[in-house]
Amino acid sequence: MIASFWRNPHARRLGISIVAIAVLELMTGPPGNSEAPTAGIRESFLEASSFFGLFRTARWVVFFFVAILMFAIWTLLLWKGSRIRSGISSVLAAPRAASQRRPVRWGVGLALLVLAFMMPHIETDPFWQAAMVEQIAVYVLLAIGLNVVVGFAGLLDLGFVAFYAIGAYTTAWVTGALPTPPPFHIHFNPFFAIPMAIGIAMLAGIILGAPTLRLRGDYLAIVTLGFGEIITIFANNLYGITGGSQGSNPIPHPSLHLGPIHYVWGLKPVPYYYLTLTFVVIFLVAFSLLEHSRVGRAWTAIREDEVAAESVGINPLKYKVMAFAIGASTAGFAGVVTASQSNQIFPSSFTLQFSINILVLVIFGGMGSIAGVVIGALIIQTAYSFLLHSPPQGYQPADLYMYLGALLVIMMIFRPAGLVPSRRRKREIRLSESGEGHMDEVLTGDTP
Amino acid sequence: MTSDLIFDVQNVTLRFGGVISLSDVSLNHKRGEILAVIGPNGAGKTSLFNSLTGVYQPQEGSITFFGRNAKPISIIGKKAHRVSTAGVARTFQASRMFSALTTFENVKIGAESHRGIGVLGAMVKGPATRRGEKMSDARTIELLDFVGLRDKANTISASLSYGDRRRLEIARGLATNPQVLLLDEPAAGTNPAEKIQLTQLIRKVRDEMGVSILLIEHDMKLVMALAERLYVLNFGSVIAEGTPDEIRANAAVVEAYLGSTTSDAEELK
Repeated sequence: MIASFWRNPHARRLGISIVAIAVLELMTGPPGNSEAPTAGIRESFLEASSFFGLFRTARWVVFFFVAILMFAIWTLLLWKGSRIRSGISSVLAAPRAASQRRPVRWGVGLALLVLAFMMPHIETDPFWQAAMVEQIAVYVLLAIGLNVVVGFAGLLDLGFVAFYAIGAYTTAWVTGALPTPPPFHIHFNPFFAIPMAIGIAMLAGIILGAPTLRLRGDYLAIVTLGFGEIITIFANNLYGITGGSQGSNPIPHPSLHLGPIHYVWGLKPVPYYYLTLTFVVIFLVAFSLLEHSRVGRAWTAIREDEVAAESVGINPLKYKVMAFAIGASTAGFAGVVTASQSNQIFPSSFTLQFSINILVLVIFGGMGSIAGVVIGALIIQTAYSFLLHSPPQGYQPADLYMYLGALLVIMMIFRPAGLVPSRRRKREIRLSESGEGHMDEVLTGDTP
Repeated sequence: MTSDLIFDVQNVTLRFGGVISLSDVSLNHKRGEILAVIGPNGAGKTSLFNSLTGVYQPQEGSITFFGRNAKPISIIGKKAHRVSTAGVARTFQASRMFSALTTFENVKIGAESHRGIGVLGAMVKGPATRRGEKMSDARTIELLDFVGLRDKANTISASLSYGDRRRLEIARGLATNPQVLLLDEPAAGTNPAEKIQLTQLIRKVRDEMGVSILLIEHDMKLVMALAERLYVLNFGSVIAEGTPDEIRANAAVVEAYLGSTTSDAEELK
């Protein structure tokens, strides 16, 4: 009976809609507790709820209505989908064509830049001003950096947090906030920690990259994962050097005294926002030039066919290590901002979870697309800050990763190349789906 | 004298575990010559190519490449990208382009891979980077003209026909400024008209660019029309060497081909 039901396409769509919405109902429902472990499941369906503000009813009625709505939209899309899509694309054709033109691109970029600089004056709520630095600007920067490694060079790095931690601990070290004395016993100002942290993070990228980047795919992911963990464990256990789990001593705020310029960053987040934004702009410009330079093309070549790339004289290892070091530089800088703004750093802030969060931003935005990664990071981190600031009814912080996971699943089904896909990446996905791409038929031929 | 050689292969043996892929292979390739290596499937032709380009590392023997200014370079132990830099270009049996990139970009990658990286220059787009870009662009256009792909410069390479893919691979190889071009079954999957054009193109590469050619091919008509000298491989060993006419008359060769595919053997006659 179920089988014959399943064969009917309408019934199948209705069934899928109801199951999907039932899962959503469970996800958004109340948690259970240890005395009544199934209470969460029961309450998810039976809890009283308001039917779109109209009347009181149980949750399942509301969700059933949503399921029917989903079924209706789905059916409509199948029925008129191609017309709707061609309608949308004809409406979008003009702006799309305009976006290809260079003056338009520059104009939009400049407008966004002005908007970004005005943001602290538009939004004066202290929570949001802090969130702009800690949750948004720093994460945009990290996402741009990881995009070089994952998106451009195609290397899955699960230990990006290591470079971030190295940046933060370098800051603490050179400012004298660690038990171990700073270099030459000079207490540097955190502002001068910026070049040092970037340099040491890049060096760490080279040291980690040179031996491990000979590995491919999954193996590399595992090694980087291990590296991330090792750095955290070091920070935790090397008590005499890092201060262990109690964290560093207070880190001073940066200040700049250069000729006539005297500026001190204080407790307020806005100056840090401008500092970070400046570096975001610098990295953005540098990386987009890099993407369209021979380095970017060589990365694409290696990503697509390493054997062929080698046959035209590209040294894959050299380019991969370079990607690692360049990506690490942004994490190093982000570490300086975090350390100097938050005053103190703890090993517990540098977790695997953090690396994965950044990876999610990159995948969501669109691997290999700088604009996509920035937009993805803005959207996810703004949504996250919003959930922190004013959580909607029924939301628990523990649920966050469930929603993030669901978002990724949906993305991978409907838009695998990300929100704003890079043109090259999109093409690669399409080609490999049609069996055209670089299935590793390495060294085939008439060899035994 | 060795200075008129481009490749000197001495007693090369290549094993994969217990399987012997090449056994005691010796051959030489004269500078400016179109040399072909033929043999039935599984004879070790592609293994030989991969050994010559640094992809495989033979356990025994020596491979000497006489690069620019006839400077002898030992290939064994060198990484593939170093071999390319030394002046050996190749194409692949199943053509391996960077399929999501355009024809132009594919060739440009070859044209620019031999210069220093200059990553900081690339990040600020400094004068040296601009000059380099201009030079590679000019070289790319020149090569696309040479192989006849100029009008398809902005086509995504995955949508090219088989014949055009071969041309693209040849152009990409030539972009690296090689002394010798190794072609792995260039005619596979092409139609008769494309085959004729390909023959002309290969000859043009040798005549106009002075690049020596080493090719593996199954299509006997093409080999016999193009090659000046041939080596025949069977079960990983060289069984014959000579001009096309000598090979046609060689009993061992006919035997080897009769042992595998009759159609090839008929073509041989």
